Amino acid sequence: MSFFLSLLVNGLSLGFLYALSALGFVMIYKSSSVLNFAHGELLAFGAFLFLVLTTWADLPIGVAFILTLAGSFLLGFVIERLFLRPLIGEDLIQVIMLTVGLAAMFKGLLLFVFGGDIHQYPDFLPEAMNLQLGLIQIPSVYVATFIIGILFLLMFGFFFKYSSQGIFMRSVADNQPAAMSLGVHVRRVFALSWAIAALVCAMSGIVLGVINGINVHELSAIGLKVFPVVILGGLDSIGGAILGGVIIGLLETFTGGYLSTSLREIIPYMVLVVILMVKPYGLFGLKEIERV
Amino acid sequence: MRKLHFHLCGNFKESYEEELAIFETDFGRFWLMAGVFILLVIVPLTSSSYTLYLLNTIGIYAIAAIGLNLLIGYTGQISMGHAAFFGVGAYTAAVLTTRLGLPLLVALPLSGVFTAIVGMIFGIPSLRLKHLYLTIATLAGQFIIEYILVQWDGVTGGAEGIAVSNASIFGIKLDSDLSFYFLIFISLIVMAWVMVNLIRTRFGRAFVAIRDNDRAAEGMGIPIFKYKLLAFGISSFYAGFAGALFAFYMMTITPEPFNMWLSIEFIAMIIIGGLGSVSGAIFGTVFIVMLGEVLSMATEFLMNYGPVADIGVNVAPLREFVFGLSIVLFIIFEPKGLAEVWRITRSSFRLWPFSY
Repeated sequence: MSFFLSLLVNGLSLGFLYALSALGFVMIYKSSSVLNFAHGELLAFGAFLFLVLTTWADLPIGVAFILTLAGSFLLGFVIERLFLRPLIGEDLIQVIMLTVGLAAMFKGLLLFVFGGDIHQYPDFLPEAMNLQLGLIQIPSVYVATFIIGILFLLMFGFFFKYSSQGIFMRSVADNQPAAMSLGVHVRRVFALSWAIAALVCAMSGIVLGVINGINVHELSAIGLKVFPVVILGGLDSIGGAILGGVIIGLLETFTGGYLSTSLREIIPYMVLVVILMVKPYGLFGLKEIERV
Repeated sequence: MRKLHFHLCGNFKESYEEELAIFETDFGRFWLMAGVFILLVIVPLTSSSYTLYLLNTIGIYAIAAIGLNLLIGYTGQISMGHAAFFGVGAYTAAVLTTRLGLPLLVALPLSGVFTAIVGMIFGIPSLRLKHLYLTIATLAGQFIIEYILVQWDGVTGGAEGIAVSNASIFGIKLDSDLSFYFLIFISLIVMAWVMVNLIRTRFGRAFVAIRDNDRAAEGMGIPIFKYKLLAFGISSFYAGFAGALFAFYMMTITPEPFNMWLSIEFIAMIIIGGLGSVSGAIFGTVFIVMLGEVLSMATEFLMNYGPVADIGVNVAPLREFVFGLSIVLFIIFEPKGLAEVWRITRSSFRLWPFSY
């Protein structure tokens, strides 16, 4: 029973991490319907920037955190300005392939600078945040993750539903020319959504780094793990991403615990294929009526 | 002797046959023949075994890239799992020859056919999905196939792989780079010829129609699902055939080369070469293989170069960076790839001194 419980807790926390790392991905998809294959590398960029600022530059945690977020925000702008703006109006295939190329570029650069080893952050979360729930102890990292996750979920929910920028983003994703003709500044929307997405990625990257250590290969693998998560939840639904993340996380830990550890890595993709065949728009995804 | 055709100074085509012609002029036909002659007679006589090795690698990857180009360039379905299908072909060939003792000439097409079936299974989601979702399905296919190759010890030999031995055709042993050179390049020429002509049939036109506007295509009576599956099948057949050649050429195969990264390299090949062009796929393959070769030479040089070796940095990841950079630059500056560059160069010679 305690084995089951520990699997449950592990699965839930892993799932929450997945959900958190999926947020940035959904953000980009929602605003420009681009599948971002460089997602994992954006996570890694944030995580490593934070590492550099905390350990090498030795800044206080709070300052480093804010600087990392600012840096990633800037990176998002730069990516959009340099690489995506020339492609506005081009085929989606080109844009998606571009993110594949970007992924290779970033990964190469990060590996070149930091190598393939696992790096660690210094300990900085207070002991007091450790939670004791009956028999199980939940480490402070997970508590912090949970709080941040809920906070961001609410913020994004409101942002997309009520703010004018959020509505602009949704309109651009739905139909670029129509949005343009109604006076939406498409370029600004793109720039903003990439910047915000990069910011969210950096935050998720830091959390992932705190929990698992920071490693280029692992973080970019998580960037691909995001696909099953968002497909399960529905590509454009943030609530779906959270639920999808939790389901995939639970599935992974339980498969690892009861079936086999090697199957664990692959089970999300098997689920992915099944979902695509049975319910392609996911649990909460917006159904496109047009179907060919 | 019939009259030779040269370029006209305008578009004077009067029939569909003229529009569909592969060679606009006899000049092009002549150069193709000359190219084939150089490829099959002069190159093998003059090349060192290292050059032959490079050419063989290019030939094998080019076959797979031509297949992928049918799927992405002509039909508009992005596949991220081409390397896995390449691997399926390699393993099928290895299993067929070592376990069942089939001869090479039977095993080659059979591996292609088997891979085509596997490819079509992963193409089934295209029944309900448009390209974004399909990309993700093929990505999942890549991981699942990789997993099967590693885990299914009994058949694939797990991480240790399978040794493929004694490749021979009609009693002639294929044991040198030179003998493989002929096998690979004759296959490449045949496969490229088939593809060029396939594009000109109703199937090819249907693929292009699906790429350009699938709703309109369906409205004109093209059974979309059937044709998408067919494109998956043919493309996987090419990948499997190339994979089988790879297995025979490499002698031992392990699951390692057939990873996600190779899939990305395949995509890079056809993007850099030019989507929707058979010659583009070949140009792109030459570019990527040569780039990889130059980069590993540069890396090796840098590793042993005094100052760099002293700092002890690992420059190997820069290879990945340059790959990514070349994809990005081509997409932004020449989305039609090397095939377009080649066309522009040719026509600027032809139109000289009034080229633009």
